[in-house]
Amino acid sequence: MEIFWYIIIAIVLAVFFILDGYDFGTGIIHLFFAKNEKDKEVIAKSAGLFWDSNEVWLVAGGGMLFMAFPTFYASVFSGFYLPLIIVLWLIVFRAIGLEFRSQFKYQMWKDIWDKSFGVSSLLLALFFGIALGNVVRGVNLGGVENGVSIYEGHYFFLPLWDSSFSPLSTTPGVIDWFTIIIGLISVVTLAIHGANWVILKTNSSINNKLKSIIFKLNIVLTALTIFSLMVWQIVNPSSLDNFIDKPYLIVFPLIYMTGLIGLFFIKKIKKDIYGFMLSTLLILGGITSSLASLFPVLLPSVNTINEPLTIYNTSAAEYGLSVALTWGIIGFILLFVYMIIQKRLMGGKIDKMDYGH
Amino acid sequence: MEDMIFYDRLQFAFTITFHYIFPQLTMGLSLIVVYFKWKFLRTKIEKYNTAAKFFMKIFAINFTMGVVTGIPMEFQFGTNWAKFSELTGGIIGQTLAMEGMFSFFLESSFLALFIFGEKLMGQKLHFFTGFLVFLGSWASGWFILATNAWMQHPVGYEILENGKYVLQNFSALFSNPWLLPAFLHNQLASVVTSSFVVASIGAFYVLRNKQTEYGKLFLKTGVIFGLISSVLLAFPTGDWNAKNVAKYQPASFAAMEGIFQTEDAGAEIVLIGQPNMVEKKLDNKIAVPNILSFLTYQDWDKQIAGMDQFKKEELPDNIPALYYSYHIMVGLGTIFIGVMALALFFLWRKKLYNSKALLWTIMFLVPFPYIANITGWYVAELGRQPYLVYGLLRTSDGISPTVSSGNTLFTLLGFVALYMLLGLLFLLLVGKTINQGPKPQTH
Repeated sequence: MEIFWYIIIAIVLAVFFILDGYDFGTGIIHLFFAKNEKDKEVIAKSAGLFWDSNEVWLVAGGGMLFMAFPTFYASVFSGFYLPLIIVLWLIVFRAIGLEFRSQFKYQMWKDIWDKSFGVSSLLLALFFGIALGNVVRGVNLGGVENGVSIYEGHYFFLPLWDSSFSPLSTTPGVIDWFTIIIGLISVVTLAIHGANWVILKTNSSINNKLKSIIFKLNIVLTALTIFSLMVWQIVNPSSLDNFIDKPYLIVFPLIYMTGLIGLFFIKKIKKDIYGFMLSTLLILGGITSSLASLFPVLLPSVNTINEPLTIYNTSAAEYGLSVALTWGIIGFILLFVYMIIQKRLMGGKIDKMDYGH
Repeated sequence: MEDMIFYDRLQFAFTITFHYIFPQLTMGLSLIVVYFKWKFLRTKIEKYNTAAKFFMKIFAINFTMGVVTGIPMEFQFGTNWAKFSELTGGIIGQTLAMEGMFSFFLESSFLALFIFGEKLMGQKLHFFTGFLVFLGSWASGWFILATNAWMQHPVGYEILENGKYVLQNFSALFSNPWLLPAFLHNQLASVVTSSFVVASIGAFYVLRNKQTEYGKLFLKTGVIFGLISSVLLAFPTGDWNAKNVAKYQPASFAAMEGIFQTEDAGAEIVLIGQPNMVEKKLDNKIAVPNILSFLTYQDWDKQIAGMDQFKKEELPDNIPALYYSYHIMVGLGTIFIGVMALALFFLWRKKLYNSKALLWTIMFLVPFPYIANITGWYVAELGRQPYLVYGLLRTSDGISPTVSSGNTLFTLLGFVALYMLLGLLFLLLVGKTINQGPKPQTH
């Protein structure tokens, strides 16, 4: 039952990062590459029409995590207190940037909200990557100092950074050189994803330029990926064990590789949707590979005194998980039905669609 | 430790108060939008369709605000109330996750379709999407109230040796005797808020003599919805909730009614008075004898336990705030019934649109249903103190063990600043939309 809920929540979170990922990425593209007002408007619109229905996946995922793995939810949310609250503030700034930019016609008004949208998208992409980096690296569970836990074994509190700035420290912080690398991977991946979305949904004048930008970003991403794989082993020594035990799990890294290699041919790809599919594979493969490498651990411990958090020692009781299964499956199907209805009715290019006036 | 609990509570109170400005309007307003759209389908008069779309625009602004202030609510269970989440997540996680899955999704997906898809879908389907938005927002209320009802009156659970609450009976969460009355009362209160908003926009248009056709329609609709909902709010739903408090939380009942000393026979109802916590009595009291006993138990002489009957650890920790919130809510509710009844009388005598004094009154009353709604929630939440889960889990035992008070103070100040900005932008945007008015379709 734990495994079942783990898979459901993993899917919901992966969908969240794929969907909201493209509007984060759109924000990054908007910040760096949109120059004239017409492009700015249409690119902001390609995120603005969809962000709120994408963000409900975060709410659903959060709710399910709370229900199925309450101890994990409590430990991680309080342990990452500051970065999480900052993420919440950024989500607010991003949303109001999107919603308010077209409300008044003054240029400076638009510029303010464009920056608010772009910068918060960039920082959110970075923060989500850093979060993944933290989950891979693990934290000082129990707040161990000199061999003694100062909290209960499943609680911790992370400083924003540790003076050594190293993932190998006994008291690592939220930001260290490893989590920064994962953060950068996330930024580059989402920028590629966002660029594909802009190409797919709009007729902006920079669509052609975006293809060569994707190509260049993909080179950066390949370099970052190779580098991160080299250090991954050092940061989390058991990260390959699952793949050796269960060789079929290799399919997840292969998904990632397919996306990565495919995107080198972006200039030759005729149908825009294929480009978007490839960057979807990147996100899907990246998240599932990381989860597969950790399973059944949810959060590793960097000390030997306290056990890592796993799906077994943080889950709710059996009865609750199995009743939730009934409504969970119905809800899950509904989510996909709503999503498909909405995407079909709002399919195609959105340049002409009326928005906010 | 005291600081930590205080800042955690203050942050939750502040963020939820600000958040609840928005859903209380959207829940009620979606009902009125559906009504306008239905009226249009029946009569084919374009005015009703324009009205529906105009209010959906205001709905959408509120919905966005509700989303961005609502995500922090869900996260705060984990960030600030980790111990509470860990212990009770297996139960309240159920209803909270269902809220996200069933209602929030419904509301947000179909809101976009309602706003952008009228031409694509045809009128009947357009009405249906509006109806689904309404359904989503009310279902959202239902699941949140189910969560709160469990905290007010826990049912269907078992406590393990390690202190964790385990779900025993899923359907008990929804047949909780606390839930239905609280839900109905809450939803009607949100209809009151939106009726006042609709009527007050109407009054504004009539008074400034622009868009008067819509002004009159909004006034009429707002007044009719407003009177029905504010009467139902007091009776039967308000009465029903008060009886529940008396039955399940007698200590809170004594505190909110301001009964310091148990009387030998029937208890009086306090209309006005100031709690004096030093001498344990009400100063400057105006009260009517025996009424409270009658209202609560239909028995003039039934004894009602005063605060002297309870240990200090069982009584709410802020009795004056609870007492004042309750009396503000009830007082305002009574004023709403009076004003709406008067307005309906004037409407019937065809004098409403010309009586400036009454129109100004309606226009300026608009903040007060918000205040009544929020004080109503303060009654529920302060009344539950000193517990998170009534009678079982104390508030002081629910906070995050690792988050220091300095961190919470920092984030609290951040939220205050951010929400001030949000509030300003919200007013700017709603003001602009109202000022432009409902434009008839041009085609």
